[in-house]
Amino acid sequence: MANKVWVYIEQFNGEAIPSSWEAIGAAGMLADQIGEGVTAIVAGSQITEVANQAVRYGADQVYYCNDETLKEFRAEPFASLVSGLAIEHQPEVILFPTTSRGRELAGMVAVDLKTGVLPDVTALEVQNGNVVATRPVYGGKLLSKAICSARPQLITLRVRSFPTPEADDSRTGNLNEVQAAVSEGDIATQVVGYTESSGAVSLNDAAVIVSGGRGVSNNPSLEPPADMDENEAEIWRAQQGFKLIGDLAEVLGAAVGASRAAVDAGYVPYDNQVGQTGKVVSPDMYIACGISGAIQHQAGMRTSKVIVVINKDPEAPIFKLARFGVVGDLFDILPPLTESLKNRLSS
Amino acid sequence: MKIVVCVKQVPDTAAKVVVEDGQVTWGDAPLVINPWDEYAVETALLQQEAHGGDVTVISVGGEEAKEALKHALAMGCGSAILISEPGIEKADSLVTSHVLAAAIQKIVDVDMAFFGRQAIDGDVGVTAAQTARVLGWPAFTLVSAISELDPGNNSIRVERSVEEGRQVVEGRLPAVVSVVKDIAEPRYPSFMGIRKASRAEIPVWSLADLGAGVSEPVVTWPEITSPPKQEVVTEMISGDSSSDIAEQLAEKILEEKVL
Repeated sequence: MANKVWVYIEQFNGEAIPSSWEAIGAAGMLADQIGEGVTAIVAGSQITEVANQAVRYGADQVYYCNDETLKEFRAEPFASLVSGLAIEHQPEVILFPTTSRGRELAGMVAVDLKTGVLPDVTALEVQNGNVVATRPVYGGKLLSKAICSARPQLITLRVRSFPTPEADDSRTGNLNEVQAAVSEGDIATQVVGYTESSGAVSLNDAAVIVSGGRGVSNNPSLEPPADMDENEAEIWRAQQGFKLIGDLAEVLGAAVGASRAAVDAGYVPYDNQVGQTGKVVSPDMYIACGISGAIQHQAGMRTSKVIVVINKDPEAPIFKLARFGVVGDLFDILPPLTESLKNRLSS
Repeated sequence: MKIVVCVKQVPDTAAKVVVEDGQVTWGDAPLVINPWDEYAVETALLQQEAHGGDVTVISVGGEEAKEALKHALAMGCGSAILISEPGIEKADSLVTSHVLAAAIQKIVDVDMAFFGRQAIDGDVGVTAAQTARVLGWPAFTLVSAISELDPGNNSIRVERSVEEGRQVVEGRLPAVVSVVKDIAEPRYPSFMGIRKASRAEIPVWSLADLGAGVSEPVVTWPEITSPPKQEVVTEMISGDSSSDIAEQLAEKILEEKVL
């Protein structure tokens, strides 16, 4: 007997993405109201251990698939697997973590099952047998409630919006191994590999983010090498500034973010951009350095639990969001701050 | 190469979007082409310049969506089509992707369909993947670089911007590609382009023209609200010296117990 509430467990290189466990916790809450238990789906090439972990985090049953075609994520074969299982067992709800993969996968499964997808959801409740999902829209300027009248209801959960349940080593569940839905010859894409994988903390999962803005290039006491033109000199200055941000991030185990202005000026790659046209993040702590706080930037970070602002301009709009504010130059404040935190954390 | 770009008309990112009497309003802030879609238009034009062919820009929406199409024409797209139908603004992503797929099929022999990564109003971000699924084409989403494209051979290699870095993926055309900002800086419309676009007669296709049945959206939005005001009490930290301020701030940061 399959359960009505399912969770897609996301993994990368055989390791579960932590927000998958948040999704199991949310699924347990829905299952208490909709009935029966929680079924997890795990797919990859060597993921039996992830399937076991899913049980420890709260799954009562797991469909898992080990197949070489699923070694690297490609939406098409993963979607066919999830859709096939859903057609066979008819769940009411499938939850996914909101990541690049989860979003794309849920979208394709929705097409296969002729149903709706509610992405990037921050709260869930059950009313009259329907899941009512709350999701930020217009870059977080508004909140929308959304309902899907078809079944299953496909919902992707915003990372870090639901609590992570405690793993319990004594929990047991039914593990069911299943076959891949398509073979390699039927898949139109091949993953060649990865470039520029930074190994740094990912913005989406980060508990703490240290971010820099246009102000990061604004250190007049730095003398750039003489052979640089104005543009090169600005970027050189910004790189010295972002080094200070990186140093603080390293001490805190934090990810590095940036404002759109800093990305557009070429200081850091787009992958670091926080804001309405970058990544929307919700860390426990967000430290904004030299960022004035345009409305588009605020849309990407305003739900951070504690916001710390360091800015020379006391009128910078971002101070309105700050729990702690320092009016000062980041070049003066960051080095001693990093040093102090390093000493305090190591003692 | 035959290229299609799908765009949407949205309120400007700088607009103050609020809810009044349960309705979303952005005052007199302008409606603009979705900022992500400008990158898709730019990418389409670059591919056309490199490989020849034509670029058609399409949008699903009301009459006002013609402004977004005209922006794309002014940037250099050859032709535009508006797909419109009473009630189309209630379409969910599933309806929209079926409509776009039907339009792409009606345009015939399309090699590539470009999208921005998501629309900044609904922030749903699944339409590119869904349209690909309806068409049965591969989806290359969140693409930050097209490293190889050989229309004669129907082959493509891209870099995708995902959580773990840049993923390099290869596949076959026809394909759907959604792009992120790193792909290219969108060009400004030229004066000549703006003049040409302002005179353009944009054809309107109904769902009947597409031979697409009018399906009911399955996703509804029963309530939309302004988020509760966050009451933050700001504590400003000052001191005699930078190191004094830094020490105080370090203590406050650790007191929050998030580390």
